[in-house]
Amino acid sequence: MLELDQLQLQMLKEVADLHGTPEGAYNIRSDSRSLGRRSTANIDIVPKTDVSGLDITIKPFTKNESLHIPVIVTKSGLKETVYNDFHVGEGAKVLIVAGCGIDNCGNQDSQHDGIHRFFVGKNASVKYVEKHYGSGSGSGKRILNPVTEVYMEEGSSMEMEMVQIKGVDDTERTTLAELKADAKLVVRERLMTHENQRAVSVYDVKLNGTHSSADVVSRSVAKDRSFQKFDAKIEGNAECSGHTECDSIIMDEGKILAVPGLAANDVDAMLVHEAAIGKIAGEQIIKLMTLGLTEQQAEEQIINGFLR
Amino acid sequence: MLEIKDLSFKVDTETGEKKILDKIDLAVPDNKLVVVTGPNGGGKSTLAKLIAGILTPTSGKILFDGQDITEKTVTERANSGIAFAFQQPVRFKGIQVIDLIRLATGKKLSAADACEYLSAVGLCARNYIDREVDASLSGGELKRIEIASVIARSGKLSIFDEPEAGIDLWSFQHLIKVFRKMRSNIKDSSILIISHQERILEIADEIIVLKDGNIAAHGPKDEILPTLMGTPAMISACRSGDEGGYQC
Repeated sequence: MLELDQLQLQMLKEVADLHGTPEGAYNIRSDSRSLGRRSTANIDIVPKTDVSGLDITIKPFTKNESLHIPVIVTKSGLKETVYNDFHVGEGAKVLIVAGCGIDNCGNQDSQHDGIHRFFVGKNASVKYVEKHYGSGSGSGKRILNPVTEVYMEEGSSMEMEMVQIKGVDDTERTTLAELKADAKLVVRERLMTHENQRAVSVYDVKLNGTHSSADVVSRSVAKDRSFQKFDAKIEGNAECSGHTECDSIIMDEGKILAVPGLAANDVDAMLVHEAAIGKIAGEQIIKLMTLGLTEQQAEEQIINGFLR
Repeated sequence: MLEIKDLSFKVDTETGEKKILDKIDLAVPDNKLVVVTGPNGGGKSTLAKLIAGILTPTSGKILFDGQDITEKTVTERANSGIAFAFQQPVRFKGIQVIDLIRLATGKKLSAADACEYLSAVGLCARNYIDREVDASLSGGELKRIEIASVIARSGKLSIFDEPEAGIDLWSFQHLIKVFRKMRSNIKDSSILIISHQERILEIADEIIVLKDGNIAAHGPKDEILPTLMGTPAMISACRSGDEGGYQC
């Protein structure tokens, strides 16, 4: 049983919906050291020897198992880069939860950069959940710059849920994916920035195999003076289908830049980009006010629903 | 009881000031279903929005149960018992039908309880309760959910702005049943419907005809409806349509 303090428990709840030691395989990292680790018969977690990070191997045809690798940073001024490689065997079906929370009560910047590489085997299926969370009253920034690389074999599928709702001052998220035939990538990103926060999200997806597909959808809210950039590029190099969507609400003095990028390099590539940015529609607020909500409660309700 | 006194609403246009409503006086008593009808552009929807507080009058007063609510916000009027169904219901990304019903009742309803409101408007509740109130719903579905949200308010005054607009015939026929049921359960409350539809006029206790921003007629249904329909034979024809789906 792990010994976790109140702050660690709170952070684990925020980033990984955990209320203590998770089921299945896990590694909990806190301030650059492992608080606990468990491999299972089918999921092997081995620390890297050259750099900080883990080599995780999931045996072929592993079914319905989960892996939790949450990261917590509570020391002000701590800066780390962590390299995790995930080798998902043929036909495996797994859930991977990899959140990161930074609590910074000091005046120095804290930063965690997680470099994740996924090698998804033939016909394997991965659901990946990554939540980012920041807290603490210090003037030091909370910075997260994740890089996720996904290499998908034939017939594999990956669903990525990326969530960053509050508290992270600066983030640059880069997601690169290469898909072989019949591989399917689904990304659902939800993002809310406030105060002077800045969030950049870059996707570069290469649909290399016949009948591969990608669906990258971002829903975001930019409040106060925050800035967001959504830069999604899909490259169709075969008969494939790709869709990117940026659906955003701006409030106060928030700014959002959506940069669509579609590259069709095959006559049978079908690629679509959609982007809609605007403030909350006045009629939505009025409708909720006719149900008895105040203007502020109506706004909160609309945003909570939008980012659900 | 709703009382409107000397109510005017004007807008500025390129050609000068335009009167949408001109010194209107009317009352909607408790236990009555009142239908406001009249030609397009006559000021009907404006009147409904002024009562709900969505628009602000140029002059005049609105009293609700004796209280002057002219300066009250939309929220304050909603909390004092005024419910409003939009002519074009609003869509929301991410907000589910059950959320809307819960907000309308102001209670943490169980799914089963929320379903009752949907069943009341003829929607198969389990197919809708988790649906988002977004573009995936048809106009008819959205309209019925809008009406369910107003029924869920259990308002002292329920206002429906052209409930028939944008819905299919089947939904419309069901809508008449919904209003009949509301009428039978009206105890100590009142219903105000803006409508062009003869079949809705038929279930009214009183009819108000609004034309060019003025009240052209106001009285019991049996007195006003014949004058609208022209001849008794026409009324008879329309009534027979009640059973057969014929619409005037």
